[in-house]
Amino acid sequence: MPDQAQLLPGTLDLLILKAVSLGPLHGYGVLLRIAQISGSALLIEQGALYPALFRLVRQGLLKASWGTSENNRRAKFYELTAAGRKRLRQETEGWERLAGAMASALAARPEEV
Amino acid sequence: MSLSAYFRSLASRFFRRESVSCDVEEELRAHIALRADDLERTGLSRAEAERRARIEFGARDRYREESFATLGGNAFDNVVRDVLFSLRVLRKSPGFTLIAVATLALAIGANSLVFALLNALILRPLQIPDAQNFWDLDHIGALSYLSYPEYLDLRDRNHTLAGIAAYTISNAAIDTGADPAPAWLIEASGNYFDLAGIQPFLGRFFHPSDERGPNSAPYVVLTYNYWHTHFRDDRGVVGRTIRLNKHPFTILGVAPPGFIGTLAIFSTDMWVPIVNQQQIDGLAILADRGSHSVMGAGVRLKPGVTTVQAAADLNAVRLDQNRAWPKFEQKEPYCLVRPGIGGNFLGTAITAFLGALMLLASLILLAACANLGSLFAARASDRSREVALRLALGARRARILRQLFTEAILISLAGGAAGLAGSLALLHALTLWRPFPQFPMNIPVSPDARVYLVALFLALASGFLFGAVPVRLVLRTDPYQVIKSTSISSARAGRRITLRDVLVAVQIAICAVLVTSSFVALRGLARSLNARLGVDPQHVMLAEVNLSMAGYSDESGAAFERRMLDAMKTIPGVTQAALANNPPLKMGWDVTSVFSDQTADLRPSNEAFTSISYNISPEYFQTAGTTLFAGRAFTWNDDKSSPPVAIVNAEFARRLFGSSQNALGRHFKMRSGTSLEVVGIAEDGKYTANLAESPQPAVFRPLLQAHYLDIWLMVRSTGDPQILASTMRNRLRNLDRSLPIFSQTWNESMNGALFAPRMATASLGILGLMGAILSITGIFGLAAYSVSKRLKELGIRIALGARRSEVLGAALGRAVRLLAIGSAAGLVLGFLASRVLAFIVYQATPRDPLVLAGVVVAMALLGLLATWIPAQRALAVNPLVLLRED
Repeated sequence: MPDQAQLLPGTLDLLILKAVSLGPLHGYGVLLRIAQISGSALLIEQGALYPALFRLVRQGLLKASWGTSENNRRAKFYELTAAGRKRLRQETEGWERLAGAMASALAARPEEV
Repeated sequence: MSLSAYFRSLASRFFRRESVSCDVEEELRAHIALRADDLERTGLSRAEAERRARIEFGARDRYREESFATLGGNAFDNVVRDVLFSLRVLRKSPGFTLIAVATLALAIGANSLVFALLNALILRPLQIPDAQNFWDLDHIGALSYLSYPEYLDLRDRNHTLAGIAAYTISNAAIDTGADPAPAWLIEASGNYFDLAGIQPFLGRFFHPSDERGPNSAPYVVLTYNYWHTHFRDDRGVVGRTIRLNKHPFTILGVAPPGFIGTLAIFSTDMWVPIVNQQQIDGLAILADRGSHSVMGAGVRLKPGVTTVQAAADLNAVRLDQNRAWPKFEQKEPYCLVRPGIGGNFLGTAITAFLGALMLLASLILLAACANLGSLFAARASDRSREVALRLALGARRARILRQLFTEAILISLAGGAAGLAGSLALLHALTLWRPFPQFPMNIPVSPDARVYLVALFLALASGFLFGAVPVRLVLRTDPYQVIKSTSISSARAGRRITLRDVLVAVQIAICAVLVTSSFVALRGLARSLNARLGVDPQHVMLAEVNLSMAGYSDESGAAFERRMLDAMKTIPGVTQAALANNPPLKMGWDVTSVFSDQTADLRPSNEAFTSISYNISPEYFQTAGTTLFAGRAFTWNDDKSSPPVAIVNAEFARRLFGSSQNALGRHFKMRSGTSLEVVGIAEDGKYTANLAESPQPAVFRPLLQAHYLDIWLMVRSTGDPQILASTMRNRLRNLDRSLPIFSQTWNESMNGALFAPRMATASLGILGLMGAILSITGIFGLAAYSVSKRLKELGIRIALGARRSEVLGAALGRAVRLLAIGSAAGLVLGFLASRVLAFIVYQATPRDPLVLAGVVVAMALLGLLATWIPAQRALAVNPLVLLRED
């Protein structure tokens, strides 16, 4: 996890929030959903997910409850809280601003300067 | 719901961490199961799927750990797990654990014992309200008392005190209807209890309003203990009349439990108003400015007044009185001291003794920490593989350090608890101990929260101290290197001075200091025992007969004393019998001011010196075994009608007349103005209860010219002392039934004189023994460890034909060198510490060839003892077996 966190700080949290915003998920489900929506481009070490999940729960962005998975296993399901929804909105805007700025910066050509 | 399930849910409610930990655990398990389900669907077997799922999950322990960390509130959980793990580790090496705990128990026990004494006697001696504002009036310099008129002056003329209460110790025969028995009492001024600020347990105390002149207040207040033991908790005692020295006194009340007066080490039986002093002591001395009958005074200051201001105020009163009464001048300035242990006279000695003991005890603790520190360092380097493995598996260094500290703290807490328990048991025994059978001196130690806190603090501090030793090792550990080679220490063994070597040397130095001090104390005791006493206490039985307790006056008493002596001499086997106000070497002695014959103004500042004074019957010198150098002994004709005479010792003659040759026939003056002629010169001896005293002047006066009612019978006989004692008692009872008698052999009465050197030897001996034990374990640990680490090397040396001495040198040279360096350093430190030792042992000096030799031999023996087993092991190395092992 240190490598990933250093590469893209805060990205994992944002991805988790996004994944959970599409519907309640258990931990493994979060991983699958991220793989699905990112086109499997982002690889996350499985165990690293949990400290992040617990951190978000602790910050009140997610809430968790025990339930049963589709193949009948007991699992803990996460869903967004109101605060989590708000945070997701802010972070998404922030990310888009950053990405846009980075994109336009990187797209700059010599004649434009 | 089953009972166990009920308890589990109950427990989980109390320990949230338990449910959290289960939760996390279950969630991670669910994740792996779900992943395995998916993998299984791709065609893997279930077992293979689960294996892959676990691998993909990554370092599960680390994530679980991090999850706990993010969930918060895991500190307690981590501590619990550290503790459980440490307990498992410690259980695996019971020998190490036991030695470590025992070492600390000894050291912390010694410290908490000494601290509890310090706390009880010096820091917190009085159990009264607002004890911080209660002070004892004392004199700077010599031990000196007040007279009652002087007390009244201080009480009435000061401007700084909220109150001042006088007290003095006395004893009396108490008759409750049964056999009269001696009891100890405090004569106190009427405001004594009001000033102390305590409330009676039963009845009432006496107050200033009860004092209406001499013998106007025949009241007595009992201590709770005396009431409990002598009146069996009878609540009806209030108002009852008892007899003190045949005078009726009414019991007013009972003091609360635990209150034994303002002298912490003297436990009185009861209190009587000081205005009734004459009925107790026989002589009316309250109006006499010259008789210093008031032993001390308790003082409370007005708000905002400092002790220095109050002392200045009291000294102003003193100087006024000195001008008004030059003849009764108080030489010694007043000061205010912490109450409880007899002010400057006894207090300074006790404070110095306990302070020095505390210092030595903390040295023991330091040595123990050094010892454990080196044990821990050795252990940590042995466990470097374990540490490296844990680091490789992803444990953080902080976590490993915390676990090592947990081990250290666990050991130190166990040691502290054991030590505290031991010291409490000892303290209890000490509280019951009466060092002087006749004198109710005791050591009232009730350990309070402060003692427990100090023990806890010492345990934790020493735990952190020796737990910190392996820190560097852990921080340095490179898991890759360690796992590749064998262990850290073997790579660099024997090459440089390690922290461990320094610790062992420091520890041995400290232990050598302690061993030195115990040898010094032993020599001090031996010196005291061999001191020339100037008397021969063997075969002499003493009996104290207090004639004032039996209601005798000076005249009737003198006649009775003759009859007692005659009765003693008819006992078979008795060779001599004599009377004296005090036998030498007992606790308690009289002093008198001596003036040269030319002095006209007999104020105390003009005295030539203060001499110890004895009032004796004619046969005293033969009975006591004291040699008369010149002149004559007294006869019964030296009475009030003949010229006043005295016998002085050689020291007295030297000081007053220059030499003992020309003292015969010369005169000197007493405070009363009487001029005495010297008729005899006696040999010097020891007089006070201190065998180490420097030569003291002593003056002997005939009993008929200087009478005394509280008298000691001294009977020298050839018979059995026990039979003699009971015969003496019978004869005396035949003369007067109401006589309280206290008898013991002269040797027994010298216990007081031997008390200080014996205490010093006992306490320093114990500390020295602990030091010796610590140095043995320290050297043994080092030697055994270095032998076990270098077994292979030794095996090769033996295989190559090394001689036994060479093997030993290789195996133990380091330990022996450290022992030598440490001992030498310790001896030097011991020399430097002789000032500290001087507080405990009189004329303490380690610059004594016997002490020096003793310490060197002792340390060498300790070294031999400690290296014996490792040496045997080194010599028994079988190279074939060893080399085959790898």
